[in-house]
Amino acid sequence: MPEQLLQFLVTGITVGSLYALVGLGFAIIYNASDVVNFAQGEFVMLGAMMAIALLSAGFPLPLAALLATLLTVLVGLLLERFAIEPAAGAPVVTTIIITIGAAILLRGVALLLWGKDFHPMPAFSGDAPIHLLGGSTLLPQSLWVMGVTVLLVALVRVFFNRTLLGKALLACSFNRSAAQLVGINVRVMLRLAYGLSAGLGALAGILIAPITFSSYEAGIMLGLKGFSAAIVGGIGNPMGAVAGGLLLGVLEALGAGLISSGYKDAIAFLFVLMVLFFEPTGLFGHKAAERV
Amino acid sequence: MPSDEPLLEIAGLSSHYGPVCAIRAVDLTLHTGELVALVGGNGAGKTTLLHTLSGLHPASSGRIRFAGQDITRWPSHRIVAAGICQVPEGRQVFAPLSVADNLRLGAYRQRRDQPWVHQQLDRVYALFPILHERREQLAGTLSGGQQQMLAIGRALLSRPRLLLLDEPSMGLAPLLVEEIFRVIQQLNAQGVTLLLVEQNARAALAIAQRGAILETGCIVKTAPATDLLADDAVRRAYLGY
Repeated sequence: MPEQLLQFLVTGITVGSLYALVGLGFAIIYNASDVVNFAQGEFVMLGAMMAIALLSAGFPLPLAALLATLLTVLVGLLLERFAIEPAAGAPVVTTIIITIGAAILLRGVALLLWGKDFHPMPAFSGDAPIHLLGGSTLLPQSLWVMGVTVLLVALVRVFFNRTLLGKALLACSFNRSAAQLVGINVRVMLRLAYGLSAGLGALAGILIAPITFSSYEAGIMLGLKGFSAAIVGGIGNPMGAVAGGLLLGVLEALGAGLISSGYKDAIAFLFVLMVLFFEPTGLFGHKAAERV
Repeated sequence: MPSDEPLLEIAGLSSHYGPVCAIRAVDLTLHTGELVALVGGNGAGKTTLLHTLSGLHPASSGRIRFAGQDITRWPSHRIVAAGICQVPEGRQVFAPLSVADNLRLGAYRQRRDQPWVHQQLDRVYALFPILHERREQLAGTLSGGQQQMLAIGRALLSRPRLLLLDEPSMGLAPLLVEEIFRVIQQLNAQGVTLLLVEQNARAALAIAQRGAILETGCIVKTAPATDLLADDAVRRAYLGY
């Protein structure tokens, strides 16, 4: 039993890392514009599918991953420029619906380009499982997922806590007109948020593709789980989204292992509902005390 | 710079909220080094005028010239870079960021000139020693008066050629109001050009060289501050004695 728990934990943290990265993307765009970007999952799918396409075109893995990430960032920037920016000043709900439309469009384009099939991707450093104590195993790819997630989360933290640009992005979320009055170009910040989120999403997709494979539809569930991670953590709190993602991943793996894998998604969403029931601002949300 | 060319020249400026006209054909001129008080009651359009000057709200007609350039349609970040900096109504500090971060964000447009930023930080800390003491504290935990000091300090770090102050005395204890007005006067003495919007007309006119009275979106009178303080109609309407 304990060795099984360890196995579930390993699986949960791997998947949770992915949710964390996607949730982080949700939180960053939400912070910059109060918008929930439902195309976030499609960034994940695009990253994975483009990396797979580039690999099969003969590019070496690091180059394929880099190019796929940059191309997804470009898609994020184009989305912001041509779908979000023209609706500047529209109600937030309108913009959210635009992102849903963008998600459907991106999925459609992916379907045309790559068909309906699941596409495999080779693991970064082989498939030989690493044996942990008590018979549990760990795929080398899981180490890649966890390691890169830790690195990315640390980088995002440094960006927001240590750089003026990161603080300027935060300032836009705290008080947009005051940010304008200190000379921050809010449009540029919004582009930055979309680019950053798209990049994080793409990397998440590339990391997980060797474990789960990818298809044009892969973004739907990942997007929903990432969104769940962001609301569990208190939407708008980047590190809360990371914690929420890990929590969600572990609970899901435990539920799948101890109850039934058929209930995996149900358990995750039930957990989200419970959190919203008892802690509507999320586990790490703002404790809603603002001085006026 | 020739002293006869005004720093700020507003001509026929109107601004609307939907169909509602908030300011109508406003004319106002400020010269370098001046401190002009803009007084008027609630809803007269004072804040709208400042928002239009800062590019937060679009002008529907008219022209704003600043330092020889037509800035009427400029976006807010360019206006700040050109030197019009605003201390907004209600302070509007970045509450979850530290005092020092708020000030550094004030210098966002000057970020490539770090020596200047450091020198200016020292100047602001000298002006408001309490901000230096609390520099690592979150801005949201400061008192109202300290937040006002922070808002002024933040605007000073934007390298203003013209400082717009929107109701700096609002909601402050009388002693703090005095302190804030003393600082405003001191800044003016150091050569900063200021447009001071105030409901506290007496205090504002007492330190200003000129005053303008805004009534339902129109400037009804512009005169030297001492004349306005002595004007019977103004006294009855705005000074309350």
